[in-house]
Amino acid sequence: MSRRIIFYAYLVCLMLPLYWLINLSFKGNVEISTTMTLWPIEPTLRNYAIIFTSPEWFDGFLFSLSYVALNTIISISVALPAAYAFSRYCFLGDKHLFFWLLTNRMAPAAVFALPYFNLYSSIGLFDSVWAVALAHCIFNVPLAVWILEGFISGVPREIDETARIDGYSFPRFFVRIFMPLIANGIGVAAFFCFMFSWVELLLARTLTNSKAISSIMTRSVSASGIDWGLLAAAGVLTLIPGALVIWFVRNHIAKGFALGRV
Amino acid sequence: MSLSLQDISLTVGGQHHLRDIALTLERGTVNVLLGPTRSGKTSLMRVMAGLDPTTTGRIIADGRDVTGQPVKKRSVAMVYQQFINYPALTVYENIASPLRVRGAPRAEIDRRVRAAAALLKLDNQLEKTPLKLSGGQQQRCAIARAVVRQADLVLLDEPLANLDYKLREELREELPRIFAETNAIFVYATTEPTEALMLGGNTACLAEGRLLQFGPAARVYRRPDSLEAAQTFSDPPMNIAEVTKRGRELVLPGGGAIAADGALAALGDGPYRLGVRAHHLELAPRPGSLRVPGTVDVTEITGSESYIHVHAGPLRWVALVAGVHELEPGSPIAVHVDPARLFVFDPEGRVVITPGSTAAHAPQRARG
Repeated sequence: MSRRIIFYAYLVCLMLPLYWLINLSFKGNVEISTTMTLWPIEPTLRNYAIIFTSPEWFDGFLFSLSYVALNTIISISVALPAAYAFSRYCFLGDKHLFFWLLTNRMAPAAVFALPYFNLYSSIGLFDSVWAVALAHCIFNVPLAVWILEGFISGVPREIDETARIDGYSFPRFFVRIFMPLIANGIGVAAFFCFMFSWVELLLARTLTNSKAISSIMTRSVSASGIDWGLLAAAGVLTLIPGALVIWFVRNHIAKGFALGRV
Repeated sequence: MSLSLQDISLTVGGQHHLRDIALTLERGTVNVLLGPTRSGKTSLMRVMAGLDPTTTGRIIADGRDVTGQPVKKRSVAMVYQQFINYPALTVYENIASPLRVRGAPRAEIDRRVRAAAALLKLDNQLEKTPLKLSGGQQQRCAIARAVVRQADLVLLDEPLANLDYKLREELREELPRIFAETNAIFVYATTEPTEALMLGGNTACLAEGRLLQFGPAARVYRRPDSLEAAQTFSDPPMNIAEVTKRGRELVLPGGGAIAADGALAALGDGPYRLGVRAHHLELAPRPGSLRVPGTVDVTEITGSESYIHVHAGPLRWVALVAGVHELEPGSPIAVHVDPARLFVFDPEGRVVITPGSTAAHAPQRARG
C-alpha cells in the first residue's frame, strides 16, 4: 500500500508541470493572471487558433522541423562511415581521435555561438536552415559516432569478411548487408540527434533572425505583457514531435544510452 | 589447382603468429589443420584466403603468385566457428548471395541454391531468416553458401566446435561427401585429434605457429616426427617418461627400472623420453609387457570407458581403459604397456622409435 502511495506521489510530481502547461494552454490570459484554477474554468482554443493561423508561429515550427531533419540526416550520414572506421580499423591515434570527438560535447554551446555567427555572416549562410543544421552537427556528429560505434562493434567482423569473400563491393555490402544489421542503432542515433537539435535554443537563436520556434517563444512579449496562454499552447505543440519520435524508438532508447554495449 | 605456401611467416605486433610454413595442398584433397588454440590454424587460413597479408613468404596458386591479391579476386569460401550468415536476408538469399554478386542468371541461381539447400537439408527453411533457425541449421546455411560458390579453396575454421555432440557427429560425416564433388582444396581446422582421424585425408600438425608435420592422417598419427607432433595428435595427452638407458635397462625417474627388450635393446645408452598413448596402458599384465607401479589419483568414467589418472614418482599418467573401473583415489595400481607400443624420443624431442618400426629411423622434418 505504502509503495503504491509513493508511486502515485512520484507520478504526480512527474506529471504536474506537464499538466500545468496543458492546463494553461486552454485558459485565457485573464484567468491565468488573476486566479489559480486547477482546470480551465472558461476553456478556450484561442491560443491554438493564433498559432495555426499566424504565419509567424506556423513558419517557426516548419523552420525548426526542417533544420532538425536536415541535421539528423547530415549527422547520421557522416557518423556512419566514421563509426565503422573507429570500430573496424586500427589507425594512428584512433583512440585519441575517438575521445576528442566526445570533447566537442563538453564545451557549452555559447563558446561556439560567436565564431559560427561571424563565419556564417561572412559567407552568407546566416539566417538559413543550413546555418542551424550545420552548427548542431558539432554536438550531434560525435554523439552519433559514439552510439553507432557501439552498435557496429556488436556485429561480428566475420560478417564483413564473409561479404568480402562472397565478392561484395564495399558500398554494396554496407548498404545491403550491414545497415539492416545496425538499423536499431541508426534509429537510436537519429532519435538523439533529433532531440538535441529540437531542444537547442542558443545556437538556433543566434544564427537566425528569430525564425526557430524556440526563439519565437522566448520573445512573445507584447506591449500588453506576456501572452501566457499562447506560450503554453506553443509549448504543448513543441512537445508533440519529441513525443512521437520517442514512441517509435521507445524499445531501443536504453540501448542507445548504453551506446549499443548491452 | 594446387595451393603452395612458401615459407610463410606472419608477425603481428612483435608476436609470431606463423613461422616459416611451407605446405602444398592439392586439388580434391581433404587437409586438416590440427593444433591447440593459438597454434596458428586460423592465422594460416586467413593467410590462405587472402584476408590477412603475410609478413614474408609467397602463396602460389596453380603456378601463379597470388600473394597480396585481395580476397575478392580469389576463389575462396570460408566457414567460421561462429555461425556467420547475413541476418537480414532469408536463407535462400543468404545462399544465393555469392552468385547474385557475380551476376549469375536467375534460373541458374535458383537451380544451384536449391541443389545446395537439398544437400544440406535446408529445403524447408529457405524462406526463414537465419536467426530463426537452430544452431545446426545456421551452420548448414553457412556451409551451403560455401558450397554454392564452387570455390577452388574451401576453408572451414572449426565449423563444428559450437555445435552439440550429436549435430557435430552428423555434420562431420556429411562434410567430406558434401565437398567431394566440388573437387576443391578442402581445409579444415580443428583442435580435436579424433576429428582429424575421422575426416581422413592429410593432417598438418601445428604448434605455436610452426608446422610440425604434414602427411596422411594415419601416418602422422602412427609415425610422428617429433614429440611435439605426437603430443598435438594425441587426446588425452600422450604420457611421457624421462628415462635413461643403461645397459639392458631403462631407468625410470622414480628410481625403478624396466627391461629394455625388442626394439628398445638397440638404443644406445643415454637419456630418452618415452611416450605412451593413454589407450595403450592396460590394467592387466600380458606376456612381455612392462609393469609400472603407481597410485591412483582420480578416475573419470565416461559411459563404457574409464580415464584413470595415475602417478608413479614424478610421472603423471592417464590410462584410458575399457569398462567401468571405480578405483579409490590413493589406492595402489600397476599399469602395463606392451614395449612394442612405446614411442621413444631423444631429449630434443626427435623421434627415435615409433611402434611397429623395428629399427631406429632417422627423423626428418616435414616439407610439403
